[in-house]
Amino acid sequence: MELTGAEIFVECLEAEGVDTLFGYPGGAVLFLYDALYQATDRINHILVRHEQGAVHAAEGYAKATNKPGVVLVTSGPGATNAVTGIADAYMDSVPLVVFTGQVPRAMIGNDAFQEVDIVGITRPCVKHNFLVTDIDDLAVTIKKAFYLARSGRPGPVLVDIPKDITQIRTEFSYPETVSIRSYNPTVKGNKRQIRRAIDLILAAEKPMLYTGGGVVLGDAAEELTQLTRDLGFPITNTLMGLGGYPATDEQFVGMLGMHGTYEANTAMHESDLVIAIGARFDDRVTGNIDKFCPHAKFIHVDIDPSSISKNVHVDVPIVGDVKWVLKALLEELRSRDGVTGATTRAQIAPWWQQINEWRKMDCLKYDQDDDTIRAQYVVDKFWEITGGDAYVCSDVGQHQMWAAQYYKFDKPLRWINSGGLGTMGFGLPAAMGVQIAHPEATVGCITGDGSIQMCIQELATCTQYQLPIKVINLNNGYLGMVRQWQEFFYQKRYAMSYMDALPDFVKLAESYGHIGMRIEKPGDVEGALKEAMALQNRLVFMDFITKQEGNVYPMIPAGAGQNEMILV
Amino acid sequence: MGNLSSETAKRHVISILIENESGALSRVSGLFSARGYNIESLTVAPTEDGSLSRLTLVTRGNDEIIEQIIKQLHKLIEVVKLMDLAEYAHIEREMMLVKVDVQKKGACESVKRLADIFRARIIDVSDKTYTLEATGHREKVSALLNALSELPVIEVVRSGSMGIARGSSSLRL
Repeated sequence: MELTGAEIFVECLEAEGVDTLFGYPGGAVLFLYDALYQATDRINHILVRHEQGAVHAAEGYAKATNKPGVVLVTSGPGATNAVTGIADAYMDSVPLVVFTGQVPRAMIGNDAFQEVDIVGITRPCVKHNFLVTDIDDLAVTIKKAFYLARSGRPGPVLVDIPKDITQIRTEFSYPETVSIRSYNPTVKGNKRQIRRAIDLILAAEKPMLYTGGGVVLGDAAEELTQLTRDLGFPITNTLMGLGGYPATDEQFVGMLGMHGTYEANTAMHESDLVIAIGARFDDRVTGNIDKFCPHAKFIHVDIDPSSISKNVHVDVPIVGDVKWVLKALLEELRSRDGVTGATTRAQIAPWWQQINEWRKMDCLKYDQDDDTIRAQYVVDKFWEITGGDAYVCSDVGQHQMWAAQYYKFDKPLRWINSGGLGTMGFGLPAAMGVQIAHPEATVGCITGDGSIQMCIQELATCTQYQLPIKVINLNNGYLGMVRQWQEFFYQKRYAMSYMDALPDFVKLAESYGHIGMRIEKPGDVEGALKEAMALQNRLVFMDFITKQEGNVYPMIPAGAGQNEMILV
Repeated sequence: MGNLSSETAKRHVISILIENESGALSRVSGLFSARGYNIESLTVAPTEDGSLSRLTLVTRGNDEIIEQIIKQLHKLIEVVKLMDLAEYAHIEREMMLVKVDVQKKGACESVKRLADIFRARIIDVSDKTYTLEATGHREKVSALLNALSELPVIEVVRSGSMGIARGSSSLRL
């Protein structure tokens, strides 16, 4: 059957099982939007208010479902506005397919209206990108884009489509499979390395499981939990890995890294064997790399070979799909004669005694007085009231760290934040994507007075699509994390970190058609959260006026070793 | 590179088979600039298989950096196959075209003599200039250029190094 490029685009999306598209129209994508208009019963298009919001929403959708998020924006500024989100998705390995309109082929390179070389601009921040130059390549390119985005180490793939290609016709057939000769991600880990890993595990006296976003992305939380429980070893998660192992479990020692727990960081520092799974030894985890885990050997499981031995030298590298490798490790462990959970627990009994001593430090304790709301207390209460079962999106800054520390995630795909790129403005649009993916679920957006203003326009999108997100604005009147660094390292010279002229968030929310609340007293926190939860079908914007100069503790200053924590 | 020691940076010639598509070369060069790796030379041309280009890249780094470079190159979707020639007995060649001013008395003779010694060929002659073509390991090519520098050298064109493994080792699909 002969179809136009725009009709082919719609058919391909449907063939890939895409039910939701986040986007914003413009000149170069008019034919695509016209085809979507005629397919509204098949594909739900969400109109955002800024292209950055479209990409973050698609990221939220992807991070809460492990399905690729799909974006459609126009050429020129539409495409450049999407770049921050694309870079964000690249850093956090989020599967996305981003379609950008391009000026007609004959005009490419002529500095045409709304023309940018978006393939060139995004080259360093995509897994791969394509410029479609022939309508007969359109379907296969879209097929390749989805295949690349979701396979191997996931990531964003951009497809740039010139306007004239969306208008002309060709014979359409969708390829059932696609193979790319230069791209064959390794799924199965090397058996010999798996045996060596178990040898090291059975000889360790102070082992630590250190797991990251790869476990969540690789749908391997169940396997990780099984292995960890079988071994009885302590486990820590990275910021991106939270929910990969139940946070309320006894074996979980908390998040590690710059704002990780005392017990997690100290245990890593003293460990003799670090078992890294789907984590990448980011500088926010390692601190000063020369002082990182000085006594440890390293096992590293990752689907991306370039993550292995990038920052630290690894003794047993295992390249492969995390889920596959975890199963293989479990099988290998269970095949060893005389090895049981009891023997591995006995093997490290003194280690647990030591860790439990460190735990007594109770490094996350805080005092909630009667006068000023502590941000930690709000997150604590939100966790309690939602039974730990909400999807929690966050922006970037102090509130993000408090959310990570105090909302105890027991399930994967529940914690949605911008880890690698650290993009302020991520939270609200990401929460939209999550709410659209899970209409019945409780979706919280924990944000701050700085971050929320970076994509505040998306409150209109929430109105249009009736997204009942619970926005928890931890308002301290500062760019809190910037201020904290200035307090600690710049002798309290608060350069540009005070947020003057904040809007009245209650009126702001109301003007968009939402419910706004301002909460100033610690005694009102619980009531406000409960009231907001009871308003099931409404977006509630809770503006919590919190302690102005609160700090996130513990903290490892940049460049310090992981045993050099600031505790209070 | 963090705690990965930065001892002994060695020179590596890396040969890469890459899809012959627009933008593929800039993915390779962009990778090097984005990650702060150094490129000493880069040469690229299509192969006997029209869908592939062969790219020869010369870089420097210690073992860890070279390992990362190779992994990062593999990660590029369009890179089909590659080979670090430092791991093999190999031959390396570079071509140079050099134009010298021969108006000074005796210059023609001395250019011809140097061409003989370095087995270079004179490929163009005018009343004022001689143009030489020399092929060899880059050190030989550099030595010739050095020897010619007594004369006014007008223009130098170097291809950058190419390489191939000796014997039955080879980079092919």
